[in-house]
Amino acid sequence: MLTRRSLLKGVAAAAGTAGVAVACPVRKAEARGAKTMSPDAIGLLYDGTQCIGCRACIAACKEANDMPAEHNLLDIGDYWDSPLDISGSTLNVIKAYRDGTGVHKDAIKDGFAFTKSSCMHCLDPSCVSACPVSAMTKDPTTGIVSYDVDACIGCRYCVTACPFGVPRFTYESATPKISKCQLCKDRLPKGKYAACAEVCPTGATLFGKVTDLKKEIERRRALAPGTMTVFPRGRVGGGDSYVGAVGSYVEHVYGEKEIGGTQVLHLSGVPFALLDKPAIPDIAPARIAESLQEHIYQGMLAPFAFLGALGLLAFRHMREPATPMPSEDSETGGSK
Amino acid sequence: MSAPVHEDHAPSPLGGRFWTRATATLGVLVLVMLAVLALRFVRGLGAVTNLSDGYPWGIWIAFDVVCGSALAAGGFTVAFLTYILNRGVYHPLVRPALLAALFGYVQAGLSIVFDLGRYWNMWHMFWPRYMQVNSVLFEVAVCIASYTLVLGIEATPMVLERLGWMTARRRLGRVLFVFVAIGVLLPTMHQSSLGSLLIVLGPQIHPLYQTLLLPALFLVSCVGMGLAAVVFEATVSSLAWHRPFERELLAKLMNIGRLLAGLFLVMRFADITVRGVWPYAFQGNVVTAAFWLEILLFAAPIVLLWKPAARRNPQRLFLSAVAMASAGMTYRLSAYLIAYDTGAGWTYFPSVGELAVSAGLVSLEALAFIACVRMLPVLPRIAEPTQPRAPAHADT
Repeated sequence: MLTRRSLLKGVAAAAGTAGVAVACPVRKAEARGAKTMSPDAIGLLYDGTQCIGCRACIAACKEANDMPAEHNLLDIGDYWDSPLDISGSTLNVIKAYRDGTGVHKDAIKDGFAFTKSSCMHCLDPSCVSACPVSAMTKDPTTGIVSYDVDACIGCRYCVTACPFGVPRFTYESATPKISKCQLCKDRLPKGKYAACAEVCPTGATLFGKVTDLKKEIERRRALAPGTMTVFPRGRVGGGDSYVGAVGSYVEHVYGEKEIGGTQVLHLSGVPFALLDKPAIPDIAPARIAESLQEHIYQGMLAPFAFLGALGLLAFRHMREPATPMPSEDSETGGSK
Repeated sequence: MSAPVHEDHAPSPLGGRFWTRATATLGVLVLVMLAVLALRFVRGLGAVTNLSDGYPWGIWIAFDVVCGSALAAGGFTVAFLTYILNRGVYHPLVRPALLAALFGYVQAGLSIVFDLGRYWNMWHMFWPRYMQVNSVLFEVAVCIASYTLVLGIEATPMVLERLGWMTARRRLGRVLFVFVAIGVLLPTMHQSSLGSLLIVLGPQIHPLYQTLLLPALFLVSCVGMGLAAVVFEATVSSLAWHRPFERELLAKLMNIGRLLAGLFLVMRFADITVRGVWPYAFQGNVVTAAFWLEILLFAAPIVLLWKPAARRNPQRLFLSAVAMASAGMTYRLSAYLIAYDTGAGWTYFPSVGELAVSAGLVSLEALAFIACVRMLPVLPRIAEPTQPRAPAHADT
């Protein structure tokens, strides 16, 4: 009896530990450190003040990724050349903000502004953390977040998890898949780069190493709005350029801190909230989730300790009776 | 006939006719489900569901998997009470609870297969080359699959006894404690992880629901839901098959359930207070409405069973069980669907097809349970039936 009691205490202690581990994870929620950017990470800089809304990047993206045009019926008529949002067959889209008369570029009142929707290539991507079968991976060198259709089980946890709403799914297909921008990774070995940046006439979408893109952002922000300056076109250091006026930027560089940092960075002349860019905390949810799991399970030690206690008690209590149902439960018969 | 001789109150097949008006109705619902599924597998998920990139998960996940498996938590809870804490008094409830758990998990597993877009790659979750151990969903998937297997093993003695293979039955009995232990560990892991699944969704989950306590809240509420499901199933069985109402046992279970409901509310309120998000509870939108409904439903068993005398009242026990199960389901559906927002413009309400599949799965589960209760030694034999049984068709 004493042994049983001490055993019970043991199991209570084990269960208690597990309970505390579950209940008090707040302190150690940041146990898994923040990820660091590879020095060779590549990405895009999208400068909304330089964008003229020509949508050449949308067409180039579709061509590079072999994706069909989308047909949209709008109140202004049939639309074949401009998808409204990223989708199973559109990886990149330019959207517009419009207010009042909509005549002044990058003005909040009576103005208009452009923004780009595409994968942000996060430093600590939720989709990669979510995917149970390694179909979403982040390249350790380039930092490109890519998708492997042959591994994918179509669970759509990545779609659910991404705070930017980027991975899309082809629900209308019996053999569906996820669609997302992979920064034209297949074009890189051929000496080419992201098609959207290649085709951009004003350098509003610029391809390059994230470190170079950040320097370019600093350079633009240091100039007085309206100053004429040389904007690199296509890729940083590619030799091609374009002369234009520097925009009047809002303080916020979207993607610099969001979700712990992304490899696609946005500059804008209007607040990002007006462009429907979601407000996202600086700490990556993937980091919180993985830290929490690690904390609860303690490298699988906690479950095995709990299992040991359970096994011991179950063994003690189940070994005697050969038949599963002892007849000690006679009280259940006649209570009604 | 090779069935062993049982002592009084030992479990025995209920017998009786399988096809009744009720089972035929359930059968029709299963057929409707099969028709919808045929369309789903030929034409894709979009043909029968209202899923979108704003709501990539619908009721097949939020109801059939997340709620369904939690309602099946009675299996591990009753096994824990009986075999780990050695409360032999719960023995009569073990087998029906295990069986209900088994079918609950089969329901969840089937629903996952229907929902997976690329279901033919399912095995990747269990294949080392593809496994992604940091994924909460990986842990949930492996854990649910293993537990379903363990439930199958835990249910095997019923089949062996029915077949009269007593040597095999005795041998299995000697190692069954291993599976009982694993069968308690696994659900505590994946039921809490079903809450952790939402943490990586970050700011897309409403502040009233996005918390590091998600795993603890999911675990506590699932135990309450599992107990409530056992009480519900036992009450319906006793009414449908004119069996005695196991008042003492069910009162004990709901007593635990009422304490768990209280624990849940304490944790929920403490969490909201510590994180300072109470203002979100008074915004007068659909999330706040769902939140207060959930709180009311969790409070219901506490209020209904407040007076000691009420705790033995069958009506109150049954009502408390229904409230408790609904409370846990409301919490889960809210966390997974209502409190989930990826941005403006997306809406979701389950399609007729989605509802038909969920209804069909629940019907299939109920049919399987009824068939097993009639054919296998699940429920305790009653010495003197309270009412004469229907003419027996049971001699098989």
